[in-house]
Amino acid sequence: MDGEHRIIMKRHIIVIGNGMVGHKFCEKLTSKDQNQQYRLTVFGEEQRIAYDRVHLSEYFQPGKSADSLALADHAWYAERQIDLILGERVTGINREEKSISTASGRVLSYDLLVLATGSAPFVPPIPGREKNGVFVYRTIEDLDAMKAHAKNAKRGAVIGGGLLGLEAAKAMLDLGVADTRVIEFAPRLMPRQIDAKGSTILEAKLKELGLTIQTATNTTEIVGDDTIQAMRFADGTEAPIDMLVISAGIKPRDELARSCGLDVGERGGIVVDENLTTSDPNIYAIGECALRGNMIYGLVAPGYEMAEVVASQLTGTSKSFVSFDMSTKLKLIGVDVASFGDPFAEGDEVRSICYENHTTGVYKRINVSSDGTRLLGGILIGDAESYNMLLQQVVNRLPLPANPEDLILGSRGGAEAAGAGIMALPDEALICSCEAVTKATICDAIRSGTETVDGLKKCCKAGTGCGGCIPMVKDLIAGVMKAEGRYVKKNICEHFDYSRQELLDLVKLGKLRDFDEIIDKHGRGHGCEVCKPIVSSILASAYAETANKKPVAQDSNDRFLANIQKGGTYSVVPRIPGGEITPDKLLVIGSVAKKYNLYTKITGGQRIDMFGAHLSDLPAIWEELLAAGFESGHAYAKALRTVKSCVGSTWCRFGLHDSVSFAIEVENRYRGLRAPHKLKSAVSGCIRECAEAQSKDFGIIATEKGWNLYVCGNGGSKPRHATLLAQDIDKETCIRYIDRFLMFYIKTADPLTRTAPWLESMEGGIEYLRQVVCHDSLGMAAAWEAEMESLVGNYRCEWQEAVENPEIRKRFTHFVNAPEVKDPTVSFVPMRDQVKAADWQTKAVLPIAESSTL
Amino acid sequence: MSSHESSSLTWHHACHVTDVPDDGGSCVLLEGKQIAIFHFKRINSWYATDNECPHKQQMALSRGMIGTQGDEPKVACPFHKKSFSLESGQCLSGDDFCIATYPVRIENDQVFIGL
Ligand code: SRM
Ligand SMILES: Cc1cc2nc3c(=O)[nH]c(=O)nc-3n(C[C@H](O)[C@H](O)[C@H](O)COP(=O)(O)OP(=O)(O)OC[C@H]3O[C@@H](n4cnc5c(N)ncnc54)[C@H](O)[C@@H]3O)c2cc1C
Ligand code: SF4
Ligand code: FES
Repeated sequence: MDGEHRIIMKRHIIVIGNGMVGHKFCEKLTSKDQNQQYRLTVFGEEQRIAYDRVHLSEYFQPGKSADSLALADHAWYAERQIDLILGERVTGINREEKSISTASGRVLSYDLLVLATGSAPFVPPIPGREKNGVFVYRTIEDLDAMKAHAKNAKRGAVIGGGLLGLEAAKAMLDLGVADTRVIEFAPRLMPRQIDAKGSTILEAKLKELGLTIQTATNTTEIVGDDTIQAMRFADGTEAPIDMLVISAGIKPRDELARSCGLDVGERGGIVVDENLTTSDPNIYAIGECALRGNMIYGLVAPGYEMAEVVASQLTGTSKSFVSFDMSTKLKLIGVDVASFGDPFAEGDEVRSICYENHTTGVYKRINVSSDGTRLLGGILIGDAESYNMLLQQVVNRLPLPANPEDLILGSRGGAEAAGAGIMALPDEALICSCEAVTKATICDAIRSGTETVDGLKKCCKAGTGCGGCIPMVKDLIAGVMKAEGRYVKKNICEHFDYSRQELLDLVKLGKLRDFDEIIDKHGRGHGCEVCKPIVSSILASAYAETANKKPVAQDSNDRFLANIQKGGTYSVVPRIPGGEITPDKLLVIGSVAKKYNLYTKITGGQRIDMFGAHLSDLPAIWEELLAAGFESGHAYAKALRTVKSCVGSTWCRFGLHDSVSFAIEVENRYRGLRAPHKLKSAVSGCIRECAEAQSKDFGIIATEKGWNLYVCGNGGSKPRHATLLAQDIDKETCIRYIDRFLMFYIKTADPLTRTAPWLESMEGGIEYLRQVVCHDSLGMAAAWEAEMESLVGNYRCEWQEAVENPEIRKRFTHFVNAPEVKDPTVSFVPMRDQVKAADWQTKAVLPIAESSTL
Repeated sequence: MSSHESSSLTWHHACHVTDVPDDGGSCVLLEGKQIAIFHFKRINSWYATDNECPHKQQMALSRGMIGTQGDEPKVACPFHKKSFSLESGQCLSGDDFCIATYPVRIENDQVFIGL
């Protein structure tokens, strides 16, 4: 057969609707249609190419645009030779002639027709619903219109407390409509997904977000001239409203099907059989417009499965659509809600186990078969971390643990590693339900070398839909690698095939003391900005070496013993242990800052930072500070930073012990201690916790009987409260525990890992850490304490070294051929009686001489 | 060592070899220009580049750390760790930047740069 014949013989499929499912169908069909039997034409009523409606609300987030939601571009369609006609509605189907007609009068004949027309928001016939300021929430255009109107709106409302309604309400808050209420007809929120108890807890959570919730409320009228001004309710009350979103459910778009005589359901939806064929064998319906087994599947995953079924059938694989799991998870930031399997299961055959905690806002319910063997479904509110695993448990009918309550309470006592359960799933377990990717597919891909989430997204599409399965995909990567003995190795960089921990051991065993020696012996090549600072940090941890030992192998800040800042100047932070400082020392800081024209600021760490020092001024500045009794504050180093204190029993009427003295003692003990990342601490004099000790790497709080020691807290971008390690201990024990804790951390953490993530990835978690630190389960306590003692004894102030040594002082010049000249490009601009660095790019705004006279 | 044509070059005295730390860099002022000089001792080579990092126009490349990526010698800017080839000046961290490189000559322990 020659090519021309083939083209004539290609069967023509017209797809009506270029939404998520219509697009998925094109993707599936073109990839399966190896023999090129089909030619595709797609009509889309919207102006835009198919986009990710599931993540529609992200459109309101900064940095997101319509483009970032797009599922494909025109080139994608062109490459597959698909005729894509956008902005054109199909208005008629002539089933006798097998043709369609469009709003612009185009007529086109088909061999097969696929209806993927989706659904439209259902708007109840409330008088006044046509007024300005009343919106639905379905398309990008809807969102654009909302955005424009929200600028002048103060009071918002959403009709409908379901999945979409809550998302719309959160979007209103994000748009700046601070006073927003959710109005639900039913007596509870998300009536299709969660029960009454769950709803009560969810309501409380949403109130925390700033939403007002009105359940059991029926809206009778939308009041206003042209624009909405108020809403009236069945109980006679009225509320002033400037903006309303109606999200009362969806209505399948079956109007075309209806007008050409296809069977439709009583309450809407195009009737299809298990092959997704409508009452006309040449017409299929898929996605939210299709009614299968008296059910509209208003989620994307079943829609994708329908696309898969039709594409398979057309390309010769038999497949049918039976039913689909409707488990869902709400995507609101800060509110975890999920329901899976049969959330409401009741009766003799069912036992429900509930956990409810109103203080923390957590509600969990699981429904278990009465013989205790199977999980039927459940609801999670406030903490949905176990959603993926529980869903797997339901879908794969996995056997339940002896105490099913462990599923929601976590196994108490035993130290089972998180994520261990994932490897126990059967091969056919569906991990990514959006793309129907099984555990076997993912594991095979990992085994053949794809070891990153991004890689897996590319090669098997897992995680590209709603993204909910990504944590499981990550666990699978770790699980497979571990099972294969391919221990997830954390090589430092291309120059060393070792983790920091391994290299530390090699350095100590071989008594190695120099970067060159180490890379020649254990590495390859000549190092880089990643491994050099790590090796320097290892040498410092092993031998209490200061950063002056091999400056070129130190991170730039360590090389110059100061933090480089915008414009190329440096900051100067002397140590002020515990935040306690004498008036005389304050005067010295004042006079130094004045003399060198430095900007001064009290830091968040209870000390004083002086910014804007020229590189060549640093030694002179430090000479003056050292003479007055200051020393380096190591603000530039991965080392101990500050130990904050509250005033404690010396002045405070609540203080139980002297927290300031203890903080100073702790800070002086660990000053200069190099670690994989910086270390912070604080000591509070009582449980009012004014020093914020529970946000620190190690924090100490006075109790009636002694001190409580907390560990592994973190501020920064991923805050975490510290965990109690030991209670009511005396000072000496406290110091011993900290010694051991720090040595354990220094020896085992990966580079640039703070104590909080270090603990999070530790198998056995805090219980294990407590065994190691308090009960010496590794038998290392004595050795670590001795090692710490020697590090403490070997401490030297590296700035003292620097100013005393003329060779080191030479390092602090900008031009080696003109040491007296400062960098002429450094420039400052005045601000509130001080100076600040000129902004990026706009250097040389004001020469320094002028600004200092201001 | 560099792609500059030697015909139009003038050699300028920059500094003594000991002014540049082994396996590190220093900055010199030549003809009003800031030039970074690196002594990559491990591979027995000298390099000179612009001192200004094109990312945010910061005069700091001489304070950066040198090393290799594969066989390519490079320097990483201390500000945001963009790294640049010491041979070609090309940015190696995926950005479309380039820095100028200059030929270096060592005579009697003195460092000369061709501009
Ligand atoms: C000066 C100061 C801000 C201020 O004006 O108050 C500051 C300034 C900087 N912080 Fe900070 N942080 C300062 C307190 C904090 C605090 C509050 C505290 O310590 O109680 C935190 C949260 C607590 C914590 O660390 O857990 C904090 C969390 C960070 C982080 C995030 C760390 C994390 O684990 O996520 C960074 C980034 C990093 O280290 O990688 C950072 C990094 C920085 C750097 C070093 C960024 C840089 O490379 O230029 C800033 C250097 C300024 C300089 O030149 O001196 N800074 N920074 C504070 C100095 C405290 C001091 O006396 O040493
Ligand atoms: C805000 C929001 C959040 C959501 N969150 C989730 C979620 O978390 N999880 C989840 O699973 N699902 C979610 N959904 C539902 C999900 O988006 C839908 O299930 C999915 O988009 C259905 O795909 P579809 O292709 O069937 O319909 P659609 O995506 O609606 O596509 C149908 C397309 O057909 C076009 N069309 C209709 N009639 C014609 C015609 N006559 N001629 C030409 N074109 C026509 C329409 O304009 C539309 O573009 C959410 C939906 C919204 C609106
Ligand atoms: S919060 Fe960011 S900007 Fe502020 S000092 Fe810390 S690192 Fe710099
Ligand atoms: S200024 Fe050099 S990397 Fe940003």
